[in-house]
Amino acid sequence: MEVLKIATAGSVDDGKSTLIGRILYDTKSMTTDKLEAIEKTSKQRGYDYLDFSLATDGLVAEREQGITIDVAHIYFSTANKSYIIADTPGHVEYTRNMVTGASTSQASLILIDARKGVIEQTNRHFFINNLLRVKDVVVAINKMDLVDYSEEVYNRIKADFEDLMSKRDYQDQTISFIPVSALKGDNVVNKSDKMPWYTGESILEHLEKLDKSDIFNVGTPRFPVQYVIRPKTEDFHDYRGYAGKVYGGNLSVGDDIVVLPSQTKSKIKDIYFYDEKYDTASRRSSVTITLEDDINVSRGDMIVKEGDLPTIEKQFTANVCWMDSKQLTPGAKYVVQHGVNKVLAKVDAIHHKIHPDYSGIEDNVSGLGMNDIASVSFKLNKPMFFDKFKNHRTNGSFIIIDSQSNSTVGAGFIQ
Amino acid sequence: MGTRGQNIMNKNTSHINSLENEAIYIMREVAAQFEKPVLLFSGGKDSITLVRLAQKAFYPAKIPFPLMHIDTGHNFPETIEFRDRLVKELGLELIVRNVQDSIDQGKVKEESGKYASRNQLQTTTLLDAIEEFKFDACIGGARRDEEKARAKERIFSVRDDFGQWDEKNQRPELFDMLNGAIELGQNVRVFPISNWTELDVWSYIEKENIEIPSIYFAHTRATFLRDGLIWSADDEVVYREEDEEVVERIVRFRTVGDMSCTAAVLSEAADIKTVVQEIRESTISERGARIDDKRSEAAMEKRKQQGYF
Repeated sequence: MEVLKIATAGSVDDGKSTLIGRILYDTKSMTTDKLEAIEKTSKQRGYDYLDFSLATDGLVAEREQGITIDVAHIYFSTANKSYIIADTPGHVEYTRNMVTGASTSQASLILIDARKGVIEQTNRHFFINNLLRVKDVVVAINKMDLVDYSEEVYNRIKADFEDLMSKRDYQDQTISFIPVSALKGDNVVNKSDKMPWYTGESILEHLEKLDKSDIFNVGTPRFPVQYVIRPKTEDFHDYRGYAGKVYGGNLSVGDDIVVLPSQTKSKIKDIYFYDEKYDTASRRSSVTITLEDDINVSRGDMIVKEGDLPTIEKQFTANVCWMDSKQLTPGAKYVVQHGVNKVLAKVDAIHHKIHPDYSGIEDNVSGLGMNDIASVSFKLNKPMFFDKFKNHRTNGSFIIIDSQSNSTVGAGFIQ
Repeated sequence: MGTRGQNIMNKNTSHINSLENEAIYIMREVAAQFEKPVLLFSGGKDSITLVRLAQKAFYPAKIPFPLMHIDTGHNFPETIEFRDRLVKELGLELIVRNVQDSIDQGKVKEESGKYASRNQLQTTTLLDAIEEFKFDACIGGARRDEEKARAKERIFSVRDDFGQWDEKNQRPELFDMLNGAIELGQNVRVFPISNWTELDVWSYIEKENIEIPSIYFAHTRATFLRDGLIWSADDEVVYREEDEEVVERIVRFRTVGDMSCTAAVLSEAADIKTVVQEIRESTISERGARIDDKRSEAAMEKRKQQGYF
């Protein structure tokens, strides 16, 4: 069975949590006790309908304010797929949480309120999904019940969104439009009979057909060493295993490899997964590798195939999404965590800020505030081994850590 | 074991294998990023699964951290017996800290009456133990599908000096990069099986043929009914009113916590295969049988803010 990770996006009150609740309800994924709790609370509050957002807004503050503050993870499955939905907040001030949700997703669900149409927040969400190169985007035009299930409204919103699409950077992204009412259940799991003019799929039908898009597989294996295993037991006296996860492509026994940063060459001797040996380690498998030669490899080093080296540099430029209330300014120092590798970094220059609503860029920026996105150059204290984000989602991304607060204060996508 | 010619790729295409790969990655990050990690072990299926994942992560070396059990003194005896055997077989270090000691020291006060449970009291014992051993990372078997406050939890979840969870100010986790940087006195709770569902855990136990305590399977037990739930009639631990009649029933447990807050379910499922089948068809959530969550809608969030797991 496949697993599909989806992130939701949409402005506040567009009904994201309701949509997810509806999916759970109509796929019979909600257990009786959880459903009873929702019925009870909905009744207490005097609602005429079941408030499905109660199923996902897990924090007291969220239920009090009726909004989603933090990403919630929801799980359900059908006969042929397992789904993980990252339900992300809609408020502008939580854009960083949206970036977080989208970073691990293969598909994204953007909600639009049919009464409001494409608004600034829609632009922003689409921009972020495109920036993060999420493979499939489903645009759900919600609350169709409140616009009399009008085809005209749907067509107008679709046309507005298509205007946006012409501006996107990552053109290979697939985009589909579905008119829905999450509250009434139209075209969410079951096809609606209220919109005979729409002949396409419901959201779930659409998701069921999505290929488990191989966004992480770009044919370039990268093996960042997480941990060195040295058992020092009688049976494994001289054993030195390099534990890590394979990204981008496969590694096989006998492959000629190079260890970075030392650029020492060797060959893969064995590939272990627990107590079994394998010929090939596929991408995203957590294996342990041993090498033919006794060379010095430690955490943060990277094993790559010979002739297939990433860029090795002490500087780079990246699109940065800033996530902290304390500003990022030129000259400031941070820790950059690139995979499992940490380097010290200094902000060399902020080239320009990018308005994520597609209204252009802004030069001469003195600093970045919370939720700003900008092109930033960094200088590093030692070389990093990276690829461009568009070629390698894992090896082209990093997080920024404030060395005083230890918080994750930003994320970057190498250009 | 150890035959060549298999391609590991086949091992990574299924849902459960990708969860396994993710959990192994997290275990290794803990060992690499922290000085003194510990695996919190309750004897329940989730923590038993964690032990297997840790074995896989570090093979052929031993698991590079100890296990710790916060013992409420109200455990099912089968669980304790199982715990001791597992630790011995795998040659692991086990630390046990008792809630009874916290009570005796006057740090916490035992609840009394109908719904009395030591579940909440564990928090104090846990926080004391973290301080005593200077643990900087505690690995736990919590899952996001268990409960809606847990659904908001990070994989690396930072706790302050008081063990508190600041739910509104959590670190963003992007891609699979885990930021374990902390200050002295802080610690991180780590949840390697965050993305697993109850069914995933059971399927994994079946696939890996992992041994679990016998109370997870159907057995005859002296029980009584309260609030529509089935309780163990163990008068030393579980408060029972006189009119709550003791009846022998064939039951099993879906979750194993404190005896005083874990209800049984009627079940004939006597082996792992039928248990998996039963979970697959169940319409009640796992925590539906945990009275500690029913205290209020925000019960779990409140406990977590105070340092509960």
